Amino acid sequence: MVLAADRLEWVEGWGMAVGAAGYVYRPVDTSGVSDAIASARNDGVPVAVRGAGCSYGDAALAPEGVVLDLTRMNRILAWDPGTGVVDVEPGVSVEQLWRHCLADGWWPPVVTGTMAPTVGGCLAMNVHGKNNWPRGTMGDHCLELDLITADGSVRTIDRSAGGELFRAVIGGFGQLGIIVRARIRMKKVESGLVEGEAVAAPDLGGLLERLDEAKGRWEYAVGWVDAFPGGSKLGRGLLHFARHLEADEDPDPAASLNPASQDLPATLFGVVPKSIMWRLMKPFTNHLGMRAVNLAKYVQGSTIGNGSVYRQSLAAFSFLLDYVPDWKKTYLPGGLIQHQSFVPTAKAETVFAEQLEICRRRGVPSYLGVVKRHRPDDFLLTHAVDGFSLALDFPVVPGGRADLWAAVREMAEPVVAAGGRFYAAKDAALPGELYRASFAGGELERFAAIRDGVDPDWVFRSALVQRLLEV
Amino acid sequence: MDFEHALVVGASSGIGEAIARRLAADGSRVALVARREEALERISEEINTAAGENRALYRVHDVTAADEVPDLFQEVARELGGLDLIVYAAGLMHAVAFNEFDPEKDLEMIAVNLGGAVAWLDPAAARFGRLGRGTIVGIGSVAGDRGRSGNPAYGTSKAALHTYLEALRNRVARNGVAIVTIKPGFVDTAMTRGQEGLFWLISPDRAAEIILRHARRGTVCAYVPARWRLVMAVIRSIPSVVFRRLKI
Repeated sequence: MVLAADRLEWVEGWGMAVGAAGYVYRPVDTSGVSDAIASARNDGVPVAVRGAGCSYGDAALAPEGVVLDLTRMNRILAWDPGTGVVDVEPGVSVEQLWRHCLADGWWPPVVTGTMAPTVGGCLAMNVHGKNNWPRGTMGDHCLELDLITADGSVRTIDRSAGGELFRAVIGGFGQLGIIVRARIRMKKVESGLVEGEAVAAPDLGGLLERLDEAKGRWEYAVGWVDAFPGGSKLGRGLLHFARHLEADEDPDPAASLNPASQDLPATLFGVVPKSIMWRLMKPFTNHLGMRAVNLAKYVQGSTIGNGSVYRQSLAAFSFLLDYVPDWKKTYLPGGLIQHQSFVPTAKAETVFAEQLEICRRRGVPSYLGVVKRHRPDDFLLTHAVDGFSLALDFPVVPGGRADLWAAVREMAEPVVAAGGRFYAAKDAALPGELYRASFAGGELERFAAIRDGVDPDWVFRSALVQRLLEV
Repeated sequence: MDFEHALVVGASSGIGEAIARRLAADGSRVALVARREEALERISEEINTAAGENRALYRVHDVTAADEVPDLFQEVARELGGLDLIVYAAGLMHAVAFNEFDPEKDLEMIAVNLGGAVAWLDPAAARFGRLGRGTIVGIGSVAGDRGRSGNPAYGTSKAALHTYLEALRNRVARNGVAIVTIKPGFVDTAMTRGQEGLFWLISPDRAAEIILRHARRGTVCAYVPARWRLVMAVIRSIPSVVFRRLKI
């Protein structure tokens, strides 16, 4: 046995609902990555690559295998403020990225709802943001990357010359190797502020319609869904649209582009430390409490908040999930899972309505629902379609895991029938056969052929890969 | 299902076999460890056939071969894909006549009942303590509660096991690990078959049901069935000078 017992750690998905013991390596450079891969191969165990651990489920877990935690490889290697091109190590976080570049007038072209994820993780899981329709995914802005494959060799893969290998690495869940350098083109911004507009929608149809109308008009568009009510109120929600301010609209662009001006407040109403907020929220994190919270949010947003126009810092608008530190702890002891499915436009309303009804019928209400408009991309295992996604957060209550997992299965079936896809970064509970059924065009076979070419032993197999792709 | 991955040492018969079968029936992946390959193979096949999938795997091992344990422990955890529960159910009780003083028999019982437990549960406690989770179940006996004249080494091995489990608990319970001491009364197994004076005899399956209930609760110490707690409280309270005159 090569793997030392003192490397063994309990590693969890972000939602804290799934975890596994794994032998954790935290390399600081490429030779450390190669050593860890060699150890795993020598011991015959799989490797999972891990960034900030922001995937909700088992994407960065390797039960009894090697977990390659890359957060210590977090150097920004090169930055050209003239072109907006940045070279980073895989452990550089979204936060590091924007803080490094904003003062020069650049912002990440795609950001997640929290600034914690790493660039390597974003590329491996093909993440998107609230601007998926106009900007695509983070991978769409990756120009080049260095990949350490299972044999320890380093390949530089250029976006244009890399062909299908490049398109397989992005969104390939780390199966083809370890991204140890990525070159990203940032997005030029003239101000550190956005102008947003909030609009209420009384039902799911209205919500999706408004979201669709926004796709050519707004940089950012996202909808919140109150997943509790049924009938005519099914899928009601609030929409938030936003655009970057132009230089002449911002009274002091230099100030708003100062990263310090983007810091999220440490207190609520200037009084309550945010660090204790999750404890105050915990008593409400149950079916009854969350029904009330969702209702209050909708009532507020559909009355005094409806049609409101506001200005916010980029960070405040973009990183809503960072507003309350540790808010996920309100879901303890069971944690939470999320299910996010992508459905083509024509069938989205029908499928999402069915999913919300399934939740209601089974008594597993979602505490938070989010809809977005998406465009397809050309990555081999992409989840993206020309349509909409609905992301639903669920608490994992003691004794309720089996029912919840069964509900996810039932919700996934109409997605497959509609030609939809699933977002693996969020998933913890999807049955492998349904996931595989969502790829009807031979993508999995093409991916497997590429994988066999670079790693016939399939070393890089996270728990997610084992669950979704191993037959 | 609370225990996704479980390891039962001493799983080829009796309480250990019944626990393994119940765990698998509840959906756990179970590793069975014992000396008798034929029995392990049969039980594993029956479990997997009943489940319709491979839930059981087995390894042949003599618990007195302590040097095999570290690698075997890691190998089993790896093959299971994790480890949430370990049950040490291996046990040996030789028939010992009242005037028989046989160090070979006595030391063998101590080696199996205590030495094997230490060999398996030390790495389990280290692993679980490190991970901050996990459950250890040790099958002791009511015989360990008092120094009975009938079988000194057997009682001693179980008493020592109880103390060892308590000490483990004091080490790793603060890390979130549950250490469950089980003290069965008479259970209808090969170990008790043919003995005289048995009462309140329960089946291995019934014992397994009770034991797993306590394992899920993380009970510190449980008598199986529970009425033995009262009986043993009385027996423990008997003064030594009186106890040595009694035929129990």
